[in-house]
Amino acid sequence: MSVIEARGLRKEFTVRVKRSRLRREKRIVHAVDGVDLTVERGEMLGYIGPNGAGKSTTLKMMTGVLMPSAGEVRVCGYTPVPQRTKLTRRIGVVFGQRSQLWWDLPLRDSFDLLRHIFRVPAADHASRLRRCRSLLDLDEFLDIPVRQLSLGQRMRGELTAALLHGPEVLFLDEPTIGLDVVSKQAVRSFLTEVGVRGDTTLVLTTHDLADIERLCQRLVVIDHGRVVHDGTIDALHARYGSRRRVVVDLDEPVASYSGAIVEADGRRLVFEVDGSAAAVVARLGGLPGLRDIAILEPDIEDVVARLYKTTTEDAP
Amino acid sequence: MALLRGQISAQASYRVSFAIDLGTNMVATMLDVLTVLVLFRVTKALGGFTLREAMVMVGLTALAFAAADLTVGNIERVKLYVNTGRLDAVLVRPLGVLPQLLLMDIPIRKAARSVFGATVLGVALASADIDWTVARVALLVYALLGGVLFFASIFVATASVAFWWIESGEIGNAFTYGGREFTTYPINIYSGWFRRVFAYGLGFGFVSYYPALALLGRTDPLGLRGGRGARAPAVSVAIAAAPAAVWRVGVRHYRSTGS
Ligand SMILES: Nc1ncnc2c1ncn2[C@@H]1O[C@H](COP(=O)(O)OP(=O)(O)OP(=O)(O)O)[C@@H](O)[C@H]1O
Ligand SMILES: [Mg+2]
Repeated sequence: MSVIEARGLRKEFTVRVKRSRLRREKRIVHAVDGVDLTVERGEMLGYIGPNGAGKSTTLKMMTGVLMPSAGEVRVCGYTPVPQRTKLTRRIGVVFGQRSQLWWDLPLRDSFDLLRHIFRVPAADHASRLRRCRSLLDLDEFLDIPVRQLSLGQRMRGELTAALLHGPEVLFLDEPTIGLDVVSKQAVRSFLTEVGVRGDTTLVLTTHDLADIERLCQRLVVIDHGRVVHDGTIDALHARYGSRRRVVVDLDEPVASYSGAIVEADGRRLVFEVDGSAAAVVARLGGLPGLRDIAILEPDIEDVVARLYKTTTEDAP
Repeated sequence: MALLRGQISAQASYRVSFAIDLGTNMVATMLDVLTVLVLFRVTKALGGFTLREAMVMVGLTALAFAAADLTVGNIERVKLYVNTGRLDAVLVRPLGVLPQLLLMDIPIRKAARSVFGATVLGVALASADIDWTVARVALLVYALLGGVLFFASIFVATASVAFWWIESGEIGNAFTYGGREFTTYPINIYSGWFRRVFAYGLGFGFVSYYPALALLGRTDPLGLRGGRGARAPAVSVAIAAAPAAVWRVGVRHYRSTGS
């Protein structure tokens, strides 16, 4: 049985738009507009899309926070809102924008409270906490009230809090938002650790595509509440014809070179290749004044930017 | 109970504000009683009730309200949680929303009010001329439970409004605190539609007025049939079922906030 199953999932919000000082108009926002999604145990899924695409709303429906307007969703075999309390024991949730910890308590006490709320056996709790402490370097701020923690420290606390009851599925809504490079790395390698065991399913939304490249095999892209891509990162590159590039810098300018685009006053040649770059590199051997050769992987940012752009143009 | 301990230690980290709160809570409750005392300096009787008799109603109201406030008063905070989307975090934990909101902030400071309410009621009962029987003792207990439940359901009902109407502001307080004012005095001092709506329509008359009549062994100056007093708490229980249902529907109606 799949861990997550969504069929025709929809969420509409009625918002009042101010037209003039007195008049207000009701408008319906289709935040999630018919999402179908199946996620198997142990998958690490990147769920991306431009701002306002409906990512957070989808996650809220899957975690029992929001009641769907239409469609079906099952997580760990439960229907999230009606079976909320049962579901919460099986999932872990991190909302990057919103703290789940107790503002006035040190992390240590928050973790202790969670142990009681989730009724986790003391031994399990202790061993999970020990693992998180060493992987996330929590020790130096374990006794400081949450309100005094930095964002990065707090986020490490949030991750730990979400994992202490041993969830089968971990939902992460922008877990790296606002973090510096080092903290981002810490979060990513921690999540890799969590994922390698293969028994925890991970659903992650982010605007930092490096998170996806590091962590997720599968990528689901949504826009205007609809799934516009579902597959591997490679499949996305293939679909948009993005290719690897070989960039050659020269000492002396050349006028032209077969199969290459000439840039920088003739001092740079750029080749686009499918698959192996070996043939191109072999041909370059005899080129006079050869200074440097670099092989660039296709840039996921470019592909995704193109994807967002085309879907926005298609939209009604 | 660990949740309780955690809260106490969290509150202890704000010692000064805690002491101030405790102080203001005490003063507010004393003012309630002072108002009634001052009133009776002006008139000898209120709606045909002497000071001692009226104090039974004051005491019943004070204790029932304070106990309800102590147990579920915190539910008022749901407004803030709905407004800021912080309810999201509450919903992903395996406990009901209500118990979590209540435990989020244990109102130790409000305990003082309950103690004070109990004292007022104790003094009132002792000084009023009550012919104690087993039935009357039972009625007292039963009336208090009914009263607490009644005020508790007013708290829940008014808090539920926040799920539909975020800018509900202080409207809820009109019912909770206004209701407490109402039941502090004998209902026959109010007149016409106002009394009908509040005392019978919304059921405030059954919190202190009718139980007090039964305790004091008086007939209703308003001429309702006898036995009303004894049945009054049952009315409160019946009324309490509705807010619980409204609350549950409200939680499903929660729409969180963007992002
Ligand atoms: N509580 C709400 N009330 C009204 N509209 C909402 C609410 N929450 C979200 N929306 C709307 O639904 C749409 C999807 O929002 P959502 O927060 O799911 O986007 P997102 O993909 O998470 O975006 P971001 O990347 O900016 O976080 C947006 O148009 C937003 O305005
Ligand atoms: Mg979002």
